[in-house]
Amino acid sequence: MAKVTLIEAITMALAHEMTRDDSVIVLGEDVGVNGGVFRATAGLQERFGPDRVMDTPLAESMIAGLSVGMAAQGMRPIAEIQFMGFIYPTIDQMINHAGRLRHRTRGRLSCPMVLRAPFGGGIHAPEHHSESTEALFAHMPGVRVVIPSSPARAYGLLLAAIRDPDPVVFLEPKRIYRLQKQEIQDDGKALPLDVCYTLREGEDVTLVTWGAMTFETLKAADQLAKDNISCEVIDVATVSPIDMETILESVEKTGRLVIVHEAARSCGIGAEIAAVVAEKGIYDLEAPIQRVTGYDTVMPLFRMEYQYLPSVRRIVDAARRTLED
Amino acid sequence: MKTIAEFQVGYSQYLDPEGKPAADLPAFAKDSDEVLRMYRLMTLTRCFDTKAVNLQRTGKLGTYASCLGHEAAHVGIGAAMREEDCLAPMYREYGAQFWRGVRMSEVLLYWGGDERGNDFAGPRHDFPWCVPIATQCLHAAGAALAYKLRGEKRCAVTVVGDGGTSEGHFYEAMNVAGVRKLPVVFVVVNNKWAISVPLSMQTATETLAQKSIAAGIPGVEVDGNDVIAVRQAMEEALARARAGDGATLVEAVTYRLSDHTTADDASRYRRSEEVEQARLLEPLIRLRRYLTDIGAWDEAQEAALLADCQLQVDEAVEVYLNTPIQPAGAMFDFMYKELPAAFREQRENALKYEPEGGEH
Repeated sequence: MAKVTLIEAITMALAHEMTRDDSVIVLGEDVGVNGGVFRATAGLQERFGPDRVMDTPLAESMIAGLSVGMAAQGMRPIAEIQFMGFIYPTIDQMINHAGRLRHRTRGRLSCPMVLRAPFGGGIHAPEHHSESTEALFAHMPGVRVVIPSSPARAYGLLLAAIRDPDPVVFLEPKRIYRLQKQEIQDDGKALPLDVCYTLREGEDVTLVTWGAMTFETLKAADQLAKDNISCEVIDVATVSPIDMETILESVEKTGRLVIVHEAARSCGIGAEIAAVVAEKGIYDLEAPIQRVTGYDTVMPLFRMEYQYLPSVRRIVDAARRTLED
Repeated sequence: MKTIAEFQVGYSQYLDPEGKPAADLPAFAKDSDEVLRMYRLMTLTRCFDTKAVNLQRTGKLGTYASCLGHEAAHVGIGAAMREEDCLAPMYREYGAQFWRGVRMSEVLLYWGGDERGNDFAGPRHDFPWCVPIATQCLHAAGAALAYKLRGEKRCAVTVVGDGGTSEGHFYEAMNVAGVRKLPVVFVVVNNKWAISVPLSMQTATETLAQKSIAAGIPGVEVDGNDVIAVRQAMEEALARARAGDGATLVEAVTYRLSDHTTADDASRYRRSEEVEQARLLEPLIRLRRYLTDIGAWDEAQEAALLADCQLQVDEAVEVYLNTPIQPAGAMFDFMYKELPAAFREQRENALKYEPEGGEH
């Protein structure tokens, strides 16, 4: 049993699947000798060779399109996009092909690929390196979007994503790549996709979030507990499709919902969650739903990034608003 | 200044527009049965195409992309490939696909608005039609990479139009194929028009074949109305690919004699004189002249062939028109290997509101 960070858990899962399944290959920019700019693929090329851990030319659309072609012909490519800000050229391939291939061929061809990318702010990165645009991919039918929030979930969810018979966009919250270590057994046990993970049980308010924001949200829950406000904290984990059952059950219990995400507010995944709670759980609500999100602005350069990112204080205040008479 | 690199772009033609041999014929073309096989399929493709346009005009088919004038380019591609090779087409390469086993009824189903048209009876590994321009070039490169990694002696072939060569996907695919020496052939079927935009507004280069030079792979241009030239260039490119020598770009120069699709009206942007000139160069006439000249074909055989093609096309139309619409659940049933629980309610809703007799 090793104590590992989230990024090391990613590497561990990649190595596990590459050992277990010859059809799994890794491709992307600088993933080979360099081991990826965040070292997610560190040591993999030495272990598995340059044919299975491939440095590609610098073209993200090509990385995605090559992966679609390989996946359709029986491989399980795992493509790394260096930063979320560079992922947009892949959108054509993901929405027009990856998410449609099974459907439009009536199951004759399929696309079991994983598109990995670090995302989110908080590491004082240059421009175009800090955005959270998971909602762009969540709007694509046929594409799963999975976001881990701890080393253990990174390991288990990435294994599940690689083994999934359909395309998965796997977004890694880079702010917490090295924030904590957890004991992980490299036993190849995948965690289920399409389900929420309840991180903390509570009675008064449901706090729903994912990715790096789980940390601020758990801190907010700690603070509120000091005032005898008991929060349930749910990590959505698979943000498309969303396990609304877990969220609705929690709201039935607490009657109050706060949704927290880094991404811009409008048309964010929080809006979808709020809409479903309004459709199916509105009579359980004792207060209006609150959203604590990034703003509908361009993600600021890093001097102001913590003005943009939801803070513990904002989450605490939003939870308190749901408890006001 | 000294020259540090030099490049050449070759051109080949075996049959001139009069059907006279313009060069020593390659081995396969010395077998008149093999040439007849291509001629028969080109004729069937023409017959099919005419019928498909008529079906659209009479409201029995959706928008359809005609292949009129491209028969030599397409059949030449198909005839050079092996079954285990993989075709990633754009959306009008019916001649190549028929050669490989795709059914005429499947083409009609697709343009008739039914996904089952993409569920080819064969070859099962070929990519479906690809409407987003040039994105298929990357799929072919990916397929070739898969075959190479698995040590299989298979090749991928993709087809793109002259307009498609302006897309980044096209160049990105050739570039990575060059770097990785992938067993893939990129075919540019240059029909001179991308809807209403002529080649002169698409590129300043003398040829499209030379676009390969920037990717470090060889490029050749052939007379795309000469099925022998297309097939020979494809056989050479596929042999290189199979031998591990990497990718090739083949530019087949032809002309789009039809509108872009049935939704287009080419008279808005090109002169009929130009089309009439191009018609003199079209692929079926020269091949028929050649076959007649060598005594392998006569008028009676031609009449019998046309009658047989008509019969086959009519049968395909029957199959297409008698294929019932899919039930509403089919929208959901192939989205994922297994429909996520989150979407089951939507599926039930679609079933509940399934229109009866096409009424909403």
